[in-house]
Formats: sequence, C-alpha cells, structure tokens
Amino acid sequence: MAESQVNVSERADGKPLLSIRHLHKEFDGKVILKDFSLDVKKGEVIVIIGPSGCGKSTLLRCTNALEDIQGGEILIEGQPIRKDAKNASQMRQKIGMVFQSYDLFPHKSIMENILLAPLKVQKRKREEAGKEALELLDRVGLADRKDDYPRQLSGGQKQRIAIVRALIMHPEILLLDEITAALDPEMVHEVLEVVLGLARSGSTMLIVTHEMAFAKAIANRVIFMEKGEVVEESSDPKAFFERPETERGREFLRSFEY
Amino acid sequence: MQSLGLDVLFKGTNFLRLLEGLWVSVRISLISVVISILLGLVAGVLMTSKNIVLKAAFRVYLEIVRIMPQMVLLFIVYFGTTRVFGWNLDAEASAVIVFVFWGVAEMGDLVRGALISIPKIQYESAEALGLTKQQTYLYVILPQTVRRLIPLSINLVTRMIKTTSLVLMIGIVEVLKVGQQIIEANRRTSPNAAFGVFAVVFLLYFLICWPVSRLAGYLEKRWAA
Amino acid sequence: MDFGAIHEYLPLYRDALFLTMRIGWQGILLAFVIGLAATIILHFRIPVLRQLTSFYIELFRNTPLLVQLFFIYFALPKVGLRITPALCGMVGLGLLGGAYMAETFRSGLENVPLIQSESAASLGMSRMQAFRYVVLPQAVSSSIPGLVANVIFLLKETSVFSTVSLMDLMFTAKDLIGMYAKTVECLFLLVVFYLIMLLPVSILGSIVERRMRRAEFGS
Repeated sequence: MAESQVNVSERADGKPLLSIRHLHKEFDGKVILKDFSLDVKKGEVIVIIGPSGCGKSTLLRCTNALEDIQGGEILIEGQPIRKDAKNASQMRQKIGMVFQSYDLFPHKSIMENILLAPLKVQKRKREEAGKEALELLDRVGLADRKDDYPRQLSGGQKQRIAIVRALIMHPEILLLDEITAALDPEMVHEVLEVVLGLARSGSTMLIVTHEMAFAKAIANRVIFMEKGEVVEESSDPKAFFERPETERGREFLRSFEY
Repeated sequence: MQSLGLDVLFKGTNFLRLLEGLWVSVRISLISVVISILLGLVAGVLMTSKNIVLKAAFRVYLEIVRIMPQMVLLFIVYFGTTRVFGWNLDAEASAVIVFVFWGVAEMGDLVRGALISIPKIQYESAEALGLTKQQTYLYVILPQTVRRLIPLSINLVTRMIKTTSLVLMIGIVEVLKVGQQIIEANRRTSPNAAFGVFAVVFLLYFLICWPVSRLAGYLEKRWAA
Repeated sequence: MDFGAIHEYLPLYRDALFLTMRIGWQGILLAFVIGLAATIILHFRIPVLRQLTSFYIELFRNTPLLVQLFFIYFALPKVGLRITPALCGMVGLGLLGGAYMAETFRSGLENVPLIQSESAASLGMSRMQAFRYVVLPQAVSSSIPGLVANVIFLLKETSVFSTVSLMDLMFTAKDLIGMYAKTVECLFLLVVFYLIMLLPVSILGSIVERRMRRAEFGS
C-alpha cells in the first residue's frame, strides 16, 4: 500500500492519464451524470462509491466509450475517446475493463479467451503472447486451468481470468465495475487479493465497488457520488471512512451497518 | 394496366370470385384450427402423463406429423380411404381431417411445452401459501399457461391458412384455382392476366396472414415478462 | 398389395426422389445464403437494404410456398422473367427458406448477451472483429436446433413442386394413381420415399441437438 502511495506522489506533478471534463450523460431524457469532472494520474487508485443508480457504473462505461455522451469530454493521455469515433477501438486498447458478470467468451477455452485480443487486435505472435498469458495466469493462481472452458470455473476464478484478459493488453488504466458484486461471499477475497496485488505493483485503477473495507484498504482517493454528482471527495480514505464530512456521506456509510 | 394484366380483375365479378376462392381455404383452416385447439388442449395434458404406452403413442404420432408432408397425408386420406375402406370422403372433409391431425399434434406439443415450462417452485410456493390443488391450477398455473399459449395458437392460425393452400392439389376450387380459371377465360383479351391475378393472390395471402402474425408477435413480446 | 406393381414403379419413384432431393438441397443452400445475407444487413443496420430485407422476410413468411411458386412460374414470365421449372423450385424454396433462416439467425444473435460484444469492444476489438470472433460463433451454435427444424420444414415443402410441372414424388404418385388405379401401392411408395428423404435428417438433427445440449457452454 505504502509503495503505491509513494509512486503517486512521485508523479503528482505529471499530466493526468485520464481526464474527464464536464461530462454530461442522459438516457431517454433522464440525466445520469451531471457536469462530472475527474483527473486520474498514473499509479493512482481511485475508488468510487455511492448508492445504486448514482451513475458510477455509467461513468465507467462512458470512460470506455461503451456509452455515447451528451456533453463534456473524456481524454486519455490528452486524446479524446468517444463511442462513435473512428479510433474508438484503438483508444479502448489503452483501457482495460472488467465487468460485474465476468463475461468470458463461453465458446473459447481460458487460454483462447485471454489470447483472442492480443492475437487479433494487437497482431502479436502466439508464442510470445502465450508465454505472457501463462505468467499472468500463474500470478492469479490459475495456470493449471488454461485449457478449461469458462463453464468449468467458479465465479471467482472466472473473474480472475477476466482480469488477466484485460491485463494482457497492457492497458494504461483499469476500470473495475463492481467486480465482486455477483460473487458468492467466499470468493470475494480471492478476487480482491489479485486487485490489491495490482495496486501494489503500481497499476492505475478506477474502481466501483460496494466492498467498503476493500475500498478503504486500496484507495488513494475516494469519491462519493449521488444522483450523478460528486458529493464528497477525499484523498485520505481512512479519514473519509471514519468520519465523512458530509451528512449524506455519513448516511451512506451507516447503511452498511446493521 | 393492360400489360400487367390487372384489368382482368375489374371485369365482371372476377375479384369477388377470387375472394370467394380465398374464403374456401380460410374456412377450411378456421374449422380445422378450432377443432385442433380444443383437441390439442386435451392432447397436451395427456402428453405430460407418465404412462409409458401413452408416451410412446404420442411420440410416434408427433414424429409422423413432424416428418410427413401434409401433402402426403392429404393424398393418403383423399385417395387412400376411398380405395381401402370404400368411403366416399369429399375433398373438403379430407382436408379438415388432415389439418386437424396435424393441428392437434402442433397444439398438443405447445400445450405440453407451456405446462412443463412452469417451474416447480410455482406449484410449491402456491402450496406453501395454503392454496388447494384446484386453486393452484386456477389462479397460478392456468393464467401463466394461457399467456404463453395465446400468441402461439394465433401463430398456428396463420400457419394453417398458409398450409390450406395445398387443397388445390386434391381438386378443391380455392383462390389459385379460381385464378387459373379467370386467366384461362381471358386468355385472348388479356394475355398477361397471369401476372395480375397471381400478384393479387400473393398480396391477398399476405394481407390476411401478416396482421395475424404481427398480433401474435406483439402479444408474445408483451406477455414475455 | 401388388408387389409386381411396386417393383415396376420403383425406378420412377427413385428418379423422382433424386430430382426432389437435388432441387430441395439446392434450395436449402440458397436459403442459407439468403438468410445469412439478410441477417448481416439487419444486424449492421445498412440503410435502405435493411427496410427492403424486413419487407422481404415478412412477405415470404406470411405467404404459402405454393402461391410464391405460382407467382414466380406463371406471373413473372409475363414481365419477361422466364425460368425453368427446376430453377423455379430452387429459387422459390430458397426465397421462402431465406426468410425463415434469417429469423432463426436473428433470434440466435439476440440470444448472445449485449455484454459479450461490449467485453469484446473493451478489449479493443472493432465491431467487425467482435462480430466475427465473439458474437457469430455463439449465435450460430445457438441457432442449430432452429436450422435443423428449418431444413426439415423446407424438405417437406418440396411436396408442392409438382404444381410447377416438376416430376417430383407427388407428381409421380398422382400420375400413377390416375393411370393404373393402384392407389395403395402408390401411396405406400410415396410414404416410403418421403421417409427415405426425411428420416435421416430428422434423426441426425435429434442427435446434434442432444449433443449440443449436453455440451452447452456457459452457465
């Protein structure tokens, strides 16, 4: 943990890797995100929390250009990313995304799932990409499952594969969209371990989660959202989770107690 | 108009005759559909039975319907019965028999499908609420089954209408036959009548079947949840 | 039953079977191609072509093959499009079948969750790559039961070929019944030859379907 914080402060003067400026998103006339701005620097781990329907998942989907936006802009390394733009596919390669429902390709083995994009999109050599895939699989403890099919894996295992599938593309930033929300409780830990490992090795991440203890442990910065807007932002996660400054923040955190 | 042979349709009662011809096959299909739905409901319930003999019999029946063209069945009933049993079935009765034979299998299979698609938990939760078996069927199972069945039965109507065009082959004077007669009668005055007449028949079938299948599709979507 | 007559008719039925099968399978192949093309046009929302394709599908799904064949064979020559009975049978079956195949593929595509193409997109794949490597393979395998049903349906539909003067099985049976009044024998052979044509496909279809269900991927 300490490591990654050092990392951030070292680069703090650098330009933001991801810059969301005045983002406005509507769906059927309903405003989902209102004038949302956020800068993410290299090596930063930002956790976004908030009640269901507050727009946090939509924010990630917009960032990966899976949704069209009605105003503002999203820049990756200074270049705009948009759903309808010609270079959307190229821009998306800079971003890795992992979804709540893992969404491995059911007709392909684990190895083929991981290699599909490196081979077809990045046109890498099978031998080289395969070697990296094995290393990554080893890192998440699933090297022995490389020839299995997704249906043979548990939810936690599938989610770890989904992370590997995103990592092998060498994204500049990882977007994690409630990746443990669909898992049985006993599998949450194995997935969060992997994410903590990534944070330690300096990965830049934008994480949406409902796991408050995890959020507290991993975040450099916490953003609390409600109704498409930032309610409270804190670069001291410990302080935020112990005594939020806003009433709504306190209320939200109370909802996790029994 | 002349060159496309559409003029024939406006001569005398020609258009009316075509509609009458269409009514012949629509009438056969409506009679067959009503009987098929009634018998199909019974057949469908019987198909869910666990009796081995009954199961095997239905299996054979469904398989016959599945792979024998209705046209072959039509020939067997129309030509075969006269020969073997000495019955003198008229063509329309033969047609109704064949389409009912086919329709009951289709409908029965739909009913069976609808019945077994209702999860066991529905029966169990109704029971847990203290409903009797009858109440469970009346308030929980039947409404769900009917919702699944109505669009599918409507679909069966359009398929029946399309299939009854086959009765031409056993000599029933339906819309295509009337069309041929009109073309024949006007061979000299409008040599292109075939285009106008058959284009109109094509369109007439479409105008009957399309709204019905749209309705089925609409209901299916609406009741899908 | 007069086995002498059956023996005598056998070659006629055999020839008719070959003719029916040849035109039937050509038509099915054409249907497959038309169906795939229609599906791609609809899936990628190609303007103009898309509306035409939807109209074509509705038109051919909501009219009987018999009427379609009459139109192609008797009406089209009046506007200068004259084709042989064999071509008419094949094209008619292909157009009818294409509309059904398109519907089957469409529902196969709808069965692939949207998030599958989104995951592909988030890995940097283009729309074409996502379609080719991720969506299409899944759509095809979930369409297989529907495709088998279509093939059986289309093979059965070949029984109206005789109306455009093709000497198929129905034509042969009707002809022989009319000439020699050996009704039972002719009908018996008719059933046997349709079984020869359809039973293998039906059995193969059930086997494939059963295996697919067992090997179903995904949870």
